[in-house]
Amino acid sequence: MIGEVDPTIINLTVFVLAIFVGYHVVWNVTPALHTPLMSVTNAISGIILVGAMLAAGPVESDWGVWLGAVAVTLAAINVFGGFLVTQRMLEMFRKKDKKGSA
Amino acid sequence: MSANLVALAYLIASVFFILALKGLSSPLTARRGNLFGMVGMAIAVVTTLTVTKNWVLILGCITVGGVIGAAVARRVEMTAMPELVAFMHSLVGLAAVFIAIAAVNNPVSFGLPAVLPMGSKLELFLGTFIGAMTWSGSVIAFLKLSGRMSGAPITFSGQHTVNLILAILMVGFGLWFFFSETTNWTAFAGMAAIAFVLGFLIIIPIGGADMPVVISMLNSYSGWAAAGIGFSLGNPMLIIAGSLVGSSGAILSYIMCKAMNRPFLSVILGGFGSEGGTAAADDGIQKTYRSGSADDAAFLLGNADSVIIVPGYGLAVARAQHSVKELAEKLHAKGVNVRFAIHPVAGRMPGHMNVLLAEAEIPYEQVLEMDEINSDFSNTDVVLVLGANDVVNPAANVPGSPIYGMPILDAYKARTVMVVKRSMAAGYAGLDNDLFYMDKTMMVFGDAKKVVEGMVKAL
Repeated sequence: MIGEVDPTIINLTVFVLAIFVGYHVVWNVTPALHTPLMSVTNAISGIILVGAMLAAGPVESDWGVWLGAVAVTLAAINVFGGFLVTQRMLEMFRKKDKKGSA
Repeated sequence: MSANLVALAYLIASVFFILALKGLSSPLTARRGNLFGMVGMAIAVVTTLTVTKNWVLILGCITVGGVIGAAVARRVEMTAMPELVAFMHSLVGLAAVFIAIAAVNNPVSFGLPAVLPMGSKLELFLGTFIGAMTWSGSVIAFLKLSGRMSGAPITFSGQHTVNLILAILMVGFGLWFFFSETTNWTAFAGMAAIAFVLGFLIIIPIGGADMPVVISMLNSYSGWAAAGIGFSLGNPMLIIAGSLVGSSGAILSYIMCKAMNRPFLSVILGGFGSEGGTAAADDGIQKTYRSGSADDAAFLLGNADSVIIVPGYGLAVARAQHSVKELAEKLHAKGVNVRFAIHPVAGRMPGHMNVLLAEAEIPYEQVLEMDEINSDFSNTDVVLVLGANDVVNPAANVPGSPIYGMPILDAYKARTVMVVKRSMAAGYAGLDNDLFYMDKTMMVFGDAKKVVEGMVKAL
């Protein structure tokens, strides 16, 4: 039966469940880390890089490749910038943990 | 790699993304969480490479983007984090649009049928318009946050009607795109162009202090854009990662709205506080206030037993976090109990103040959230308000006030209040702040950093 289901429905299933997971995980994030949360989600939304790579490296190339290449560059800025700036911020939070019993 | 192996690798990457967010529940596990995020991304990229061609081009572009991203991440000042985040949202939006165009142009390379079915067209439509709006909205947010454009709301009559008409037109082009038998570029381009314009129009009427909501909302959009592309490409990993980001941004928007006691819709429609900027003497009575010098303030602080510092956007603008740290240390050395009270919407993005104080290496346990510290104001000797205004305005407790019901830090309950501010100008809400006119309040005028440095010297 599952074989007859439209892929869009399966995607929708994944989508709805992922929103629930996101909802529960994010409510547990401590407010002090809301800025790092934004920067790390920024990096994660850079996952669009995967779509950009498909656009840049198709089996049969045409002008779309160049759009893909630009998209890869943009998404890579996001991925690297996002994760690294998050790391930098979290380092700052760590310094204080040594002193106190947070 | 076979399609099944690719899908399994993507599943592993998705789990890592969930763990990345989970790590942020405590500063102790946060760095490990971030590391999980990086691992997830690495798995996703390497796996995708096995199914693409043009490796040289792709790896070259990743390197270029990576170098730019790393340089930006290393150099950006912590006070400029809101701008950086807005800037990065815009990149995701633009990338989503480019990918959608490429997919419409060459569906086969994305594993889609050569003639796009209706479902794929709908998904591409969603991905494109969310992406386009994310891009242009974020550009405006970036310009406003970085001060390249006035933070004041830009409003004109019929604004909402114009937006509505454009939205309807956009959907019209979308329908034309769905029902065209061949690839209808005119319809697609029309739809994308309107989405870009809408993104601009939706953000320009929203003022500076509502930026925490806007930036969270755009964060959410950037996630939905990624999820939209995931739908178009039938890629569950993109859907999962996008939904995580989308719900994270939505929750942050909700928290921010709650902290301002304003309905989300009212923030989004904008125009709030447009007449602000002047000290509105609404009742016609000339109110008097006391002002003092940094030396006077330092004297009071030095003789107090307990001090709560309330930082606001003014602290970020003046980059005063390091001076504040010095002040707190000096007071500590004198045996004063110094703590910091953070309002959820202090600054220009969620958690903005926490990051600034962390950068200055102010110990974590001294920094408290509103709910944790609000009951302590009444037995505190001195409250030092640094560049905050509306979040300590007792008008929030007066029925009929525009900010009535907004949760505030109860600074007015302390024995003495000191407010460091550049002038008597009203806050973002355009409201006069009665706290400034109380008998126990002393105003210290000047740039937050200079004033705090003056206090440190005097101590």
